[in-house]
Amino acid sequence: MKCLVTGGNVRVLGKAAHSLSRIGDELYLEPLEDGLSLRTVNASRSAFACFLFAPLFFQHYQASRPPQGQPPRCKVLMKSFLSVFRSLAALEKTVERCCIALSTENSRLVIQLHCKHGVTKTHNLSFQECESLQAVFDPALCPHLLRAPARVLVEAVSPFSPALSEVTLGVSRGRRVVFRSYLEEDTDAARAMMTEMSLSEEEFQQLQAQEGASITFCLKEFRGLLSFAESANLLLNIHFDVPGRPAIFSIEDSLLDGHFVLATLSQSDLCSQEPCRPGQGTHSTTHLDDFANDDIDSYMIAMETTVSEGAAVTPRTPSPVSEEEAEPNVVPGTPPLKKFRSLFFGSVLAPTESPSEPNPVLAEDSEGEG
Amino acid sequence: MRFRAKIVDLGCLNHFTRVSNTISKLAKTCTLRLSPDKLYFILSDKVANGGVSMWCELGQGNFFDEFQMEGVAADHNEIYLELTPENLSRALKTAQNAKTVKIKLTNKHCPCLTVAVELPSLSSSSRIVTHDIPVGVIPRKLWTDFREPTVPDFDVSIYLPVLKTMKSVVERMKNLSSHVIIEANLKGEMNLKIETDLVCITTHFKDLGNPPWDIVHNRIVHFILLHEDVSLQYFIPALS
Repeated sequence: MKCLVTGGNVRVLGKAAHSLSRIGDELYLEPLEDGLSLRTVNASRSAFACFLFAPLFFQHYQASRPPQGQPPRCKVLMKSFLSVFRSLAALEKTVERCCIALSTENSRLVIQLHCKHGVTKTHNLSFQECESLQAVFDPALCPHLLRAPARVLVEAVSPFSPALSEVTLGVSRGRRVVFRSYLEEDTDAARAMMTEMSLSEEEFQQLQAQEGASITFCLKEFRGLLSFAESANLLLNIHFDVPGRPAIFSIEDSLLDGHFVLATLSQSDLCSQEPCRPGQGTHSTTHLDDFANDDIDSYMIAMETTVSEGAAVTPRTPSPVSEEEAEPNVVPGTPPLKKFRSLFFGSVLAPTESPSEPNPVLAEDSEGEG
Repeated sequence: MRFRAKIVDLGCLNHFTRVSNTISKLAKTCTLRLSPDKLYFILSDKVANGGVSMWCELGQGNFFDEFQMEGVAADHNEIYLELTPENLSRALKTAQNAKTVKIKLTNKHCPCLTVAVELPSLSSSSRIVTHDIPVGVIPRKLWTDFREPTVPDFDVSIYLPVLKTMKSVVERMKNLSSHVIIEANLKGEMNLKIETDLVCITTHFKDLGNPPWDIVHNRIVHFILLHEDVSLQYFIPALS
């Protein structure tokens, strides 16, 4: 794989790296026919993010060398990749060209920044070959859609403290879009401030959701995509379904697209009268162990990425009910479950494809190459 | 108990925000006392036990366009609330370009001071940010804990030098020592001094006026800030 990025696009690539770094610790690079895909997933598998840069984004793009045919897939440490693009201001001011090449002979991902004044910075990142990181999601299957300029959403979440983990987004009475801070189970409800931002439907390019629809997701992870979208001045789409199903946040323009798929809490209630109180949620405890086929290799692949065909959820025991202080207005309720459902990852191998090499997944668990 | 207030003027809002920010730097929790004419931010750690104490008084008419309150009872027409001032500051921070700010006492999952900020938006309908700040209602029997401190007996009273100058001096001294020695006399002279093992630094201020009070012995440093519509008193116990 070899590609060349020039001009302002170097900064865009850097910004994407910053966005992805908010999600996971490993960056998967997948050179595809329709472009270079950068993906990551968080440790608890409750957030997946990917950017796809079309061939036209690059001055030169070559997914794979013809003799091999099969483009190599690799993953690198997010920290290492990010360090190349750490200072966005410097990227903009001094870097003229950025060349990324995967060298299987040297086992290195080589990133060269050609800067002004004849300076060239070469970064050699060690990588691990890996299978494709693929989350199963389809925006078209989500009944609800919210679309707005990134700037509106940035302003909408600005009242919330950067420390706030989760936020509830929903449509309240009068078709107003509401963001509300979500109190975690261990927060001392007596001391915690609750903040809510309510915007008129008119501020959104599209609002396809009925009153009462709401989801609760990780705000910190969402901010990762939001800052990218704002810098690129793009519209942001939020596709969502019922609480518990992942929400898909997407952006696109002619040269790239980005998707952040975030799990949502299975209990999400945007009551307009009172702040979101955790109630007795019903939790699905189905755990499907079906794999795409019985082939031993796809089973092994499933170890690397969680494979499922339907609503797979790690089984949980319901939390014990906690009694709040004996005050008439307080409703004793189940503390909200912090754990988000795992996202669904599809099997990499199409049924017809057969793995050609000994299982690379086994190498995953061993020490990384030096 | 009822309380509703509204600020419409941006200047008043900024001023109130600045007061709130100052209070939040001085105290982690404090008491907000509401009466028909005034608001008070009170911190009354017992100074004798080595705690600082603070009394800040605001005339409500100088800040609010609307102000209505009903106290706990007709003959005790006041409300005392325990509050984390930092929450109030954070709420007001979102109100920088607000059209209006309404503050009211509500009872959501617990008694709250609800700050509702109306912000301009590109659409015909404003954006509304609502903050519910949990507060504790202080029962009437504890109200006597929060009496205005009388102007204490003191040795010397002196007008401080230009605060900006003093602030930069003290900020630099902060890096060298955690204690400062304040010396002042009736001739309008004041010294700020720090003494460490390695160095002793003194900044001398001259020609500061002395307000015309009576003089008696005391062991508390009492700072008074008087502004047109706000007064803030801050007491720091002396170490020796």
